[in-house]
Formats: sequence, C-alpha cells, structure tokens
Amino acid sequence: MSVPAAKKTEQAATQFDALGTTPSGIEVPITVTPEMTVSDGSGPGEFPYTRGIFPNGYRGRLWTIRQYSGFGTAEATNERYRFLLDRGQTGLSVALDLPTQCGYDPTDPIARSEIGKVGVSLSNLAEAEILFDSIDLSKISTSFTINGTAAIVYALYLAAADKKGVAREKLTGTIQNDILKEYVARGTWIFPVRPSMRLIADSVLYANEQTPRFNPISIAGAHVRDAGSTAVEEMGYTLANGLAYVEEFMRRGGDVNAFAKRLSFFFYVHMDLFEEVAKFRAGRRIWAKLLSERFGVTDEKALHFRFGVVCGGSSLTAAQPYNNIVRVGIETVAAVMGGAQSIFTCAFDEAFQIPTETSAEIALRTQQIVAHESGVARTVDPLGGSYYAEWLTDRMEEEILKVMRGIDDYGGVVKSIEDGYLQAQIAERARERKQAVDDGLRKVVGVNLGERATRDQDSGEVFRLDPEGVRQVLEKYQKVRDSRDDAAVERSLARLGEAAAKDDENVMPYLVECCHAYATVGEMVAALKKEWGEFREPIRF
Amino acid sequence: MSLARKRILIAKPGLDGHDVGAKVIALALRDAGADVIYTGLRRTPDYIVRIAVEEDVDMLGLSILSGSHKELVEDVIAKLREADAGDIKVFVGGTIPVEDHEALLKAGVCGVFTSEMKIDSVIGAIDRELAEG
Repeated sequence: MSVPAAKKTEQAATQFDALGTTPSGIEVPITVTPEMTVSDGSGPGEFPYTRGIFPNGYRGRLWTIRQYSGFGTAEATNERYRFLLDRGQTGLSVALDLPTQCGYDPTDPIARSEIGKVGVSLSNLAEAEILFDSIDLSKISTSFTINGTAAIVYALYLAAADKKGVAREKLTGTIQNDILKEYVARGTWIFPVRPSMRLIADSVLYANEQTPRFNPISIAGAHVRDAGSTAVEEMGYTLANGLAYVEEFMRRGGDVNAFAKRLSFFFYVHMDLFEEVAKFRAGRRIWAKLLSERFGVTDEKALHFRFGVVCGGSSLTAAQPYNNIVRVGIETVAAVMGGAQSIFTCAFDEAFQIPTETSAEIALRTQQIVAHESGVARTVDPLGGSYYAEWLTDRMEEEILKVMRGIDDYGGVVKSIEDGYLQAQIAERARERKQAVDDGLRKVVGVNLGERATRDQDSGEVFRLDPEGVRQVLEKYQKVRDSRDDAAVERSLARLGEAAAKDDENVMPYLVECCHAYATVGEMVAALKKEWGEFREPIRF
Repeated sequence: MSLARKRILIAKPGLDGHDVGAKVIALALRDAGADVIYTGLRRTPDYIVRIAVEEDVDMLGLSILSGSHKELVEDVIAKLREADAGDIKVFVGGTIPVEDHEALLKAGVCGVFTSEMKIDSVIGAIDRELAEG
C-alpha cells in the first residue's frame, strides 16, 4: 500500500533525524565500523595535513579571536574596537558599510540610505586615520571583509600606516579580496569578472612584496554557504575559486611557492558538528594534494590550507534569540576541532541587528570559554581516529571533488559565474533547505520545534545607530573635499586611469598615491570603471 | 489560486547584495503560476518604479536586508504614487525588526515577510492580497 507524499512528510516530520543524512545529504550509517575507515596515515603537520597544518596544534599558538565589527562613523567604530581589545580580543575585523563596499561616496544618491548601516563608512584616508587612532598597527592584525573595493581599502590601510609611521613590512592582517564569490553570493561586485581578476592579481603580487606578513586574499566559502549551499558545495566552490586565483597569479608571473604561502580561506561553521570538522579535514587534504600534484608546489608552507571561520550566520534564528548562544558555542567547538586559525563568533542578536556591547561580549567570552575551559584545544585534531570522523572526512572529500569536477565540466569558474550557472544552483539549493525546514524534515529549535505561538520581544537590549552619524559622515566628507589639493587629486586619478588601461601595469602604487592625495573611494572606482566598465548581472533563476 | 498569470516584480533596492530570499520567493511565485520579473541587485527606487510601470505589474516585492527598509520603502511608495501607479501593491521581505512592521504597514505595504515564515504562508498571503484586488 502506498502512502501519499504529504502523509509521508508528515510522518517523517515527527521522527527524530528523519532524513538520516548530514545536511549535505551524505547518508550516515547507524554504526561506522573500523573496516569502513581508511586513514591516510599522516600526522599533524605532515602532508597532506588532514590532521592539521601544525605539529603542535594550538599548544604553540591559540587561534586569533577576531570579532567582525563596524558601524556608523569611524569614531564610533574606533571606540568599539578599543572596547573589544580591552576585553581580550586579539585582532580587529573591520565591517564596512555598503557604499564603501560597492565603491560609492556617501554623497551618491544610491548611498544615502545605506551610510554606516552594516559597517563603518570609510570614504577616504582621513576616515582611515580616525578608524585606527590609538591602535598600534605594528602589533594588532586587521582583517577587512572587503572585495569589490579591496585593493582600494588595502591602499587606504597602507596610506594610514605610512602616515602613522608604521613600517609596511610590520603590517599583519587580511583583506578578503575574493571577487569570484561576490558574483555568486554576496553581491558587492563592481567591474566585470576579468578586470576584477586582474585587480586582485595586482594587489596580491604587490602585497607579497610590500607587506610580506599580510594576507592579501582570503578565499571565502562562507557567503556561498550562507546563501544556501551545503557544506560540500561551500568547500567545493571555494577550492575551485582558489585554483582559479592560483592560475591567474601564475599567469601574471607570480611564483606559486611564494604567493601560495599567503593565501588564506574563510568558511562558515554551521551546526552539524562532525560534518563541519570533516569538511575542514577534507579541505586541508584536497588543497595540499592539488597544489602539489597540479602545480608542483614543494614549499611546505605554501601547501598549508590556513583558514578563518565565522560561527553563526544563517544557523542563527531571530526566534528565541538566546538559543543562539548555545549554537555559537557548539560551532566554536567544531571550528577548534577542525583546526581553524582564526574565529569570529556571531553575537546572539546578530540575526536581526548590530550587536550591543552585551551581546558582543558574550560572543567573545564564548571563545575564551572554549579555549580555556573546555580542553578541546589541548591536543591536536582530537577527533582524529574516530571511526565516524575519519569515514566522514573521506566521504566529504569524495563529494567535494565531485562538485569541483562539475564546475570543470561546465567550463570553469569564470564561465559558470558569467552564465549565472552557479548563482542559479545556489538559489535552488536555498529553496530546498528552506522547504526542508518548512516541512519539519530539518529541525530548527524555536522555528519548527519548540516554537512559541507568538513572537515575543525577548532579545534584550536593542541596538540603535546614532542618527547623527550620517550627518557627521557627510560633514567630514565635505571638509576633506574642501581642504585637499584638488590638482594633486586630479593628477593621481589620471595616472591611475592610465595604469588601468595598460594590462601589464600594476595599479596598486597608483591607488596608494591617490589615497595619500585624499582622493575618495568613489573617485578611484569611477576612474577604474572608465577603463574597465561594470559587471552586468546575469538574471537567471 | 489568484496568482495564475499575475505579474509580479521582485526588486532589490539599495546596495544590499543578499538575494537568496528574493530568489526563493521568486521561484516559489513562479511555481505557483505567476509571471515573475526579477530586477537583480542594486536598483534605485526610480528604476524599480519605472520597470513596475513599464511591465504593468500587479504587485511589487522589495527585498531589503541592510536595515535601510524604512527609507527605501517610503521612497518607492512615494514614487509609485507620483507615477500614477499607486494601485500596484507592495510587499517587503528581509531582515525587518518586529518593531518596524507597523510603521511599514502604515507607510502602505500590504505585507512584511521575514525569513522564518514558511514559504507556503508567504505565497498564501500574497495570493490573498491579489484576490482582494
């Protein structure tokens, strides 16, 4: 007798773990037996680094606690940074507002409603000087989640360091600078794909020379994951993007044994603990093997798959937000057992607002509790040798490689993006994930299990942006425009345009020159757009 | 369903690049029989209103996750009225704090949808709005 589909769904929704699969769809046996596992036999710090890139794990050095933060004015954000550093944060992570990310000055009509909303407004060197006031850039590493305008923000950072008298070779930190995933998920693209790849190569090659301790690219899967992809696709797309960058930098004459040392990655950690740990173990293994086999990389450090993570994101719920504290705690444990180099823990209210000081502090404390009380960081790769973890690592590796082959078969990453193929796949996957939650097949506490009849306001304090901020940003912007040497600005912008028109010129020195002259982000982007044009988004769903 | 052959524009005003919700709703509306047009990212209120009028849509959905919903929604609704297209119903989806819902409804939107609502109930609410005409 056949059961109607709706009835089946209803029955499944009442069972525990009705699907019996990981969120990526890998079927998990009730028991994993020793004969189902094949370890690659490597130890921590040994090729292909399944168990970690360092032989001594976190004993040598704890991960960097790096909370993504920024809102409103440079003054307000600087104050929050000093608050976080004072409470034990060990690196900065700058959130920039959308006008800065998309290359518009605050006075642009499309920018007005977005000034300072999702990050700090940083339109020129004067703002960068305020942002890093009283922060020692030779000691504190700074990470910027910036992509479309990454080269420009990096130039602003260099100019700010120059003005503070900090030697460039001392600068540490990261710019995300990963445009490929912006076309797929996050949407802060500006130029077409190919000139964007050139700009990234320019900045990476320049950074290797000027700021040897700085990571000029962080190839990110987090946003693709947040947009709906599975853990397998997150790793698969990211490694495919990574290979595309390596090929581009080599084409530009970069030495892979040198630049690969400064490549880093960035991922989400979601709630399925073992799948997340297996994802990182498999990612390390695949990357090292590919670099060694495909590009002949021999330098050990260049084979290391270093990554930062964010715990939270789309796994957080706006319903019963205090539950998010527990979620972020579990995800932090997964990140540590997966061997992350830096961790950002979302605040429990981050699903619906900029965190308050209270929620931001709990997020920071969560990492300290995992680091210093839980004991999970004591020994390297504590899940190594677990039948389940080893089996799942192998299964994830197989599935990730399949995703990568799928992109190759389509014609590569750039073509997949230009055609909108990857974008359409992710939208479809997002819908499947949402439907599984709607149908109760994937349980989310507070949403489809233990939900309350009415949504109550139990999120504690409400964060409100200072409405004065927008006025201040506009005033400061005008002041810079009025007081700078316009002729010098024009000259530097013209030189930037000339450099952009030549394929074999690196635009970075010209960008730094523009920053020193107090040219604005919008002006520099306009000069580059004139040469390179704008990306036209393929609408396909 | 009142959705069959209804013309619906899904738009992303402002600079926010989070388009998953917009695409998920667009896919679901399409499967429910509607003719769906999606603007893509980073559109100005002027552009959105122009497309809504040119395409003669029955309804307009705005997706906003950057916190700029109040300004953008008010702007779009005012411009629709200026364009003599005040009859086009507008709904908004995204990261919208509960305490802002009332103000948006007052500003003239017919529904506020957040990510935790079921797709079916969002589609149902849109369908009912269209049935009311």
